[in-house]
Amino acid sequence: MNILMKSPKILKFDLPFCYYLSTKIADNIKNLVEGQKVVVFMKGVPEQPRCGFSNAVVQIMRMHGVKYEAHDVLQDEDLRQGIKEYSNWPTIPQVFINGEFVGGCDILLQMHQSGDLIEELKKAGINSALLDDKKEMAEEKK
Amino acid sequence: MLKLLNTNQIKSRSFLKFKSVTRILASMSTTSGLIEQSIRDKLVKILSPSHIEIINESYMHNVPKNSETHFKVLVVSNKFKDITLIKRHRLVNDILKEELQNGVHALSIMAKTPEQWESSNKVIESSPNCRGGFGK
Repeated sequence: MNILMKSPKILKFDLPFCYYLSTKIADNIKNLVEGQKVVVFMKGVPEQPRCGFSNAVVQIMRMHGVKYEAHDVLQDEDLRQGIKEYSNWPTIPQVFINGEFVGGCDILLQMHQSGDLIEELKKAGINSALLDDKKEMAEEKK
Repeated sequence: MLKLLNTNQIKSRSFLKFKSVTRILASMSTTSGLIEQSIRDKLVKILSPSHIEIINESYMHNVPKNSETHFKVLVVSNKFKDITLIKRHRLVNDILKEELQNGVHALSIMAKTPEQWESSNKVIESSPNCRGGFGK
């Protein structure tokens, strides 16, 4: 980095190259995001989250019985920065449903509490396990 | 032996120096809470909230004492009316863009309209523990 700062010539050549790299990263992220119905970018892996906010999202997904693809941003610095730029969202975790950015931990938690998450999953053709539980409870009451 | 002593002395001296510098830095941040203040100022200026709370949750994380890295903000504002949750969050993130790019690592947001805040239980839930402590 120091060499780059000291030598403007190298920097000149470097800018288009950086641009090329960042568009390439954006393309890769687009593929990741659209690869599955539900995609989560998190710190750590679902079996062992390395951050409380990421863990909260994992627990919410578990409660709803949602299958998702998880990407550990701690394993890939390009992905960690790239995903923030892609969704214009400054923090991790990030949840995508049907290729669209839905929110981070706060929003997912609130959607879970309000029931909106069940609706959002339904739109993507996913049946929340909590919905099944509710049905069972209603039938038992009958 | 003498040489050894000398290098040890030098080591401990530079260690002391380092320690005192960090101590000064840390005490500076306790007295002012510079980032906390700038978060408050910006949110108040742009969202003119009827209620605002800024909670420094950094102590819950593996960072030096008195850090300003992890925050939770509660903003109750009329300006959130008819705006979706995600747009409210984007608005707050945008207002605090500078802070988020310069050291603020986590920002938990509660963005409510005065009506929503009044009809809620008015509890600000603490954020989940740092490493997999959720539900403990």
